[in-house]
Amino acid sequence: MLELILFYMASTIALVSTILALTRANATHALIYLILSLLAVAVIFYLIGAPFAAALEVVIYAGAIMVLFIFVIMMLNLGEKGDRREKQLLKPKVWIVPEILALIIKFELVLDLSQSTPATTQGLVTSKQVGLTLFGPYVLAVEIASMLLLAGLVGAYHLGRRYLEEGREK
Amino acid sequence: MDGVNIPLDHVLLLSALLFICGLLGLMMRRNIIFILVSLEVMLNSSAVAFVAAGARWGQADGQIVFMMILAVAAAEVAVGLGLVLQIQRRFKSLDMDDANRMQG
Amino acid sequence: MLKLLPLIPLFPLISSILLMVTLGKMPKKFVAILGAGSVGLAAVTTLLVGLAFMESGQPYHQVLWTWMQVGNFSPDIAFYLDGLTLVMMSVITGVGFLIHLFSTEFMEDDVSVSRYFAYLNMFVFAMLILVMADNLLLLYLGWEGVGACSYLLVGFWYQNPENGAAARKAFVVTRIGDAAMAVGLFLLFTELGTLDIQPMAEAAKTQWQVGDTVPVIACLLLLGGAVGKSAQLPLHTWLPDAMAGPTPVSALIHAATMVTAGVYLIARTHELFLLAPPAMLAVALVGLITSLMAAFTALNQHDIKRILAYSTISQIGYMFLALGVGAWAAGIFHLVTHAFFKALLFLAAGAVIHCLHHEHNIFKMGGLRTRLPVVFWSFLIGSAALAALPFTSGFFSKDMILLQAYELPGAGPWLWAGGLLGALLTAIYSFRLVFVVFFGEAKMEPDKLPGIRMALPLSLLCVLSIIGGWFALPLSSVFPAAGDHHPSHLIEGISISIPLIGLAIAYLIFLGGQLKVDGLVNSNIGQVLKKFWFSGWAMDWLYDKLWVRPYKFLAYILRRECMDDIYNTIVKFCQFLFMVLSRTQTGRLRWYATSMVFGLILVIALLQGAI
Repeated sequence: MLELILFYMASTIALVSTILALTRANATHALIYLILSLLAVAVIFYLIGAPFAAALEVVIYAGAIMVLFIFVIMMLNLGEKGDRREKQLLKPKVWIVPEILALIIKFELVLDLSQSTPATTQGLVTSKQVGLTLFGPYVLAVEIASMLLLAGLVGAYHLGRRYLEEGREK
Repeated sequence: MDGVNIPLDHVLLLSALLFICGLLGLMMRRNIIFILVSLEVMLNSSAVAFVAAGARWGQADGQIVFMMILAVAAAEVAVGLGLVLQIQRRFKSLDMDDANRMQG
Repeated sequence: MLKLLPLIPLFPLISSILLMVTLGKMPKKFVAILGAGSVGLAAVTTLLVGLAFMESGQPYHQVLWTWMQVGNFSPDIAFYLDGLTLVMMSVITGVGFLIHLFSTEFMEDDVSVSRYFAYLNMFVFAMLILVMADNLLLLYLGWEGVGACSYLLVGFWYQNPENGAAARKAFVVTRIGDAAMAVGLFLLFTELGTLDIQPMAEAAKTQWQVGDTVPVIACLLLLGGAVGKSAQLPLHTWLPDAMAGPTPVSALIHAATMVTAGVYLIARTHELFLLAPPAMLAVALVGLITSLMAAFTALNQHDIKRILAYSTISQIGYMFLALGVGAWAAGIFHLVTHAFFKALLFLAAGAVIHCLHHEHNIFKMGGLRTRLPVVFWSFLIGSAALAALPFTSGFFSKDMILLQAYELPGAGPWLWAGGLLGALLTAIYSFRLVFVVFFGEAKMEPDKLPGIRMALPLSLLCVLSIIGGWFALPLSSVFPAAGDHHPSHLIEGISISIPLIGLAIAYLIFLGGQLKVDGLVNSNIGQVLKKFWFSGWAMDWLYDKLWVRPYKFLAYILRRECMDDIYNTIVKFCQFLFMVLSRTQTGRLRWYATSMVFGLILVIALLQGAI
């Protein structure tokens, strides 16, 4: 029972903080809300019996990736002017069409879910199980993921260099 | 700490709602940082769905896919943020509507 | 000796290739020696081979190599020598050599004499292949080869567009016949399984009955090829225009050899024709009608070469008439004598033209009898033979044809009467030519006299034109024997007297002036007839209206390529779609995202089966 209550609380926090994250004018504030949302999702992972995933969510998502965001925002040095501009852009009329579309999708998904047979989560999946599966049948996926990360590394390095722009101006 | 009692439908509903939030952000925002944030939210929501599905059967596969999603998200963010830097240098703006030169 | 057979076409071929690859850089003297000498060598070899053949008396078959092998079809490069082949080879190499010799002087001043002899030698090669071929496919190779050479030589003076047009006309018109012939060959192959002439004839005899439909169709298709090549109705219109080529070419190709290829083809496949009496009748009728029409036209022409051209058409008509009534040997006999006297006439005409600043109009000539005596005697003898005056070569051959035509059961006397009318006309127009050109008062002075290289061939051909009728051609082993004929003296008398009557009429009209025809000619109907006959029975006009104009009109309509329009429409449609869709590429990320969400909605709805 306690788990259920915790689950609904975490869900509420995740949803609310996500909405807040996406509606902020200031990027740093938005990221703080997003981190909150990710932590709430980590709690949910823990509650549905995936502690390893919860740990990864905290360490990598809320930790590494969000830090990357924050670094970039710091580098951009947006300041107050950017915030005002963002506020102007968040007028209600911008919301209308996306909101309608989102509602339609929500309706469709809820309809979909309501037709499924009721089921509950089946308990704990230990990190040992995860490790065995990861380096057992999924070892090829690990290799592919490593390739992807290498490609991301090279791409980011290339895009981040200053002389790309300078070369163009020469 | 069994977590047996949580209904799968509710977790999936949470996933769907998170996804729709990300989608809304994507359609609404013009700032590229917020677009990337929206993408992260959507990826995360799908990760929730995978982990929940894995937990439904008591299998580790859902978490494996979650890790793959993590890898994709990390790579995407790395490249995306590199692009953000370039766009800021080139257009002196983060507004994606300013970067609309590729049009018919 | 018979083994030398392949050398005969080889000599002209080598010479032609040498002349081609030296690109006209060879000294003119050497060109002449090579061009005429190679054909001379071929003539000598032919003589040797002919003597050997006469000794053995057996047909000689020589396989050089297998040309190609496709399934059960394996034509050889093989030669077949029998009496008919020998006769044709003798004409080609013998008369050909004389004409080459004549050409060395006639073409002396031409800049591209090397090209001329290259073509002419190539023609001799192709013509030899045509007559020596052992199978119809090799014959067809030679057939097309002579067509190509004819095209090249008619358009030899290509700087003048009219000559090019004449060459194209000759090529295209004969091509119609060639297409029919090719279809005929396909038919023969599918029906009989071989194109080798001798086995084919055997197979045809066992497989078909007289009067079956298939041989009739096959023979009519072969006849189509023959009328194209031999300038018979209805494909005769190219020959008068082909006179645009140098005159020796007209003598060799358009009088002595190539145009008689059709006659040779029918004679060569006579065993097929014997199985198809309707086709035989068609051959005879084509021959008779062509000969009469061409004779009427020749009466009205004033270009010396066109007169001879129509006369050639008319004489080949006689040959077809002979073939059509089954007088195979008589047809070939006339082919040989015609080769002699028509080559003589053309060469003499060439000499006249050569000596008179390239003048073609006979009414601007006159009185040349004393000025060009050699040419005059040549022309006189040639015309006598053409008109079939007694004891010339033409008399024997034409007489043979007419008598055998008379004895054909059924239509015989009619064909005979038509032939006689033609003979009368022939006598009139040939002596009209002689009288107008060589008698009367002089209107032009020749600027040069024919040299020895012109006079010698003329003299030799004169002799041949006179004594050619006394040769016994070795054809009895090739053709079925003609039945014994015992013509009544009346028939023979008429045959002899008709050319003399024609001569008399020509004399009275054109020289003596006793017979006034001006009134008749100048009457309305006379004028119309004159115009009509002058234009060659308006055949050119008719074909222009019937084929050329509609074809050009069609080409005009289709010049924009209707099929292209279909593809252009597709292109236009794609461009339109591109225009529309490129508007959706706004470059705005949110717009793209929103569009994707639209798609997402649809996909989810589809997955749920809502739509």
